[in-house]
Amino acid sequence: MSNIPGELKYTKTHEWVRDEGDGVVTVGISDHAQELLGDLVFVELPEVEAELAAGDECAVVESVKAASDIYCPINGEVIEINEALADAPETINGDPYESGWIFKLKAVDGEDLEGLMDAEAYAEHCESEDH
Amino acid sequence: MSADRKTVLNGVHREMGARMVPFGGWDMPVHYGSQIEEHHAVRRDAGVFDVSHMTVVDLRGAQVRAFLSHLLANDVAKLQVPGKALYSCMLRPDGGVIDDLIVYFLAEDWFRMVINAGTTEKDIAWLQQQAPAFGVEVAPRFELGMIAVQGPQARGKALELMDEPLREAAAGLKPFNAASDDHWFVARTGYTGEDGFEIVLPENEAEALWRKLAQAGVRPCGLGARDTLRLEAGMNLYGQDMDEKVTPLASGLGWTVAMADQRDFIGRAALEAQKTGGDIPLFCGLVLEGRGVLRSHQKLFDGEREVGEITSGGFSPTLERSIGMARVAADAGDDLTVDIRGRKLPLRRVKMPFVRNGQPQIEV
Repeated sequence: MSNIPGELKYTKTHEWVRDEGDGVVTVGISDHAQELLGDLVFVELPEVEAELAAGDECAVVESVKAASDIYCPINGEVIEINEALADAPETINGDPYESGWIFKLKAVDGEDLEGLMDAEAYAEHCESEDH
Repeated sequence: MSADRKTVLNGVHREMGARMVPFGGWDMPVHYGSQIEEHHAVRRDAGVFDVSHMTVVDLRGAQVRAFLSHLLANDVAKLQVPGKALYSCMLRPDGGVIDDLIVYFLAEDWFRMVINAGTTEKDIAWLQQQAPAFGVEVAPRFELGMIAVQGPQARGKALELMDEPLREAAAGLKPFNAASDDHWFVARTGYTGEDGFEIVLPENEAEALWRKLAQAGVRPCGLGARDTLRLEAGMNLYGQDMDEKVTPLASGLGWTVAMADQRDFIGRAALEAQKTGGDIPLFCGLVLEGRGVLRSHQKLFDGEREVGEITSGGFSPTLERSIGMARVAADAGDDLTVDIRGRKLPLRRVKMPFVRNGQPQIEV
């Protein structure tokens, strides 16, 4: 069973979102997602200052098996990217929720995380996709 | 729900933590945790693969050699010592590749083929269509399992699990030769670029061998590592690098086509016409210079002109770079780029294999 921290929000496309306060969120991919992908060998990061809408393809993670798009979870501007992933994409396999974070967004005004799933709903979502 | 077939080792794979995927109509392990670690185990030590989804076909009859001489693009006349193996394509009359296979000479009235899983049905139909003219009996051996043990330490570890006199015979095998007793058929062949054996055995003995190998420290490996290993070794994969729409000459397999004499094999006329016409696409190895991953079907460019596509691509764990195989227009220049998500990234053409016997064969 994969690890699904209770304090995070999740998308149907397997991104996790952490509310850092002041409208800033950190985004990564879930433990379930990294497990499905297998050993990661390349991460294409978004550009800092890119203005994104929820649902935009904004990054790519590639494993030995396949390339997978990362979708932006909410409307906002990229304020930081995890450059360490360029040399060590496998960090996401080992530590998807902490050192394997991918980018940080400053949400546009009025944007919240209400439309995203909590841990329980995400666990059910993973379960249903497995069958 | 999945209607995929299961090999006799299916339960063992699951017990050992395999992630299972559909492959060629079968439910097969892709890895047991880390594909890259499995890959390294085969390059540095030993790994074991379940290849029971592949099909053993026995061909018997007084004229079986003449039959295979007609059927295969490589020449079974090269097989003069019992146990000797030959890699060949089986072609359509128009030169398209029906399958690639290994054929073993066992006796003048008995040859054995190992064919791909995904092509088994059409291969057997084709064999059965061609065989009657030569009075050859085509017998698929679905009741046999097949286990590949690969890596620098693989043969030593597998030999310890064999009984005499098979052990002595297997220990003395040269590459691309096989030995057998009543139970096991052991060939010094593989699909990884490393030394090792492929062992054909009764299904009910496969689990015991698998467990003993694992206990001896041989790492269970999935189809994921099998794919990156064969790609590094520069070995073609049927359905990706060649299929019924292309000839072996356009797939880097010209070396497997024996046309020096006048032997009349199926597809010969088409290959001769292709040679006369010139303009045969090149099949080459590629290294991606920067970051990113080559994947099959990505398009290749010489300047603005599209000149071909990647047939197999991936990440090479040994070289820590992305590598690929590609079919490219004969007149394309040396400086190629690949379109990855709208960006054109520079490539370098290299001679394959990329890796052999644990050692890189190209500079990175």
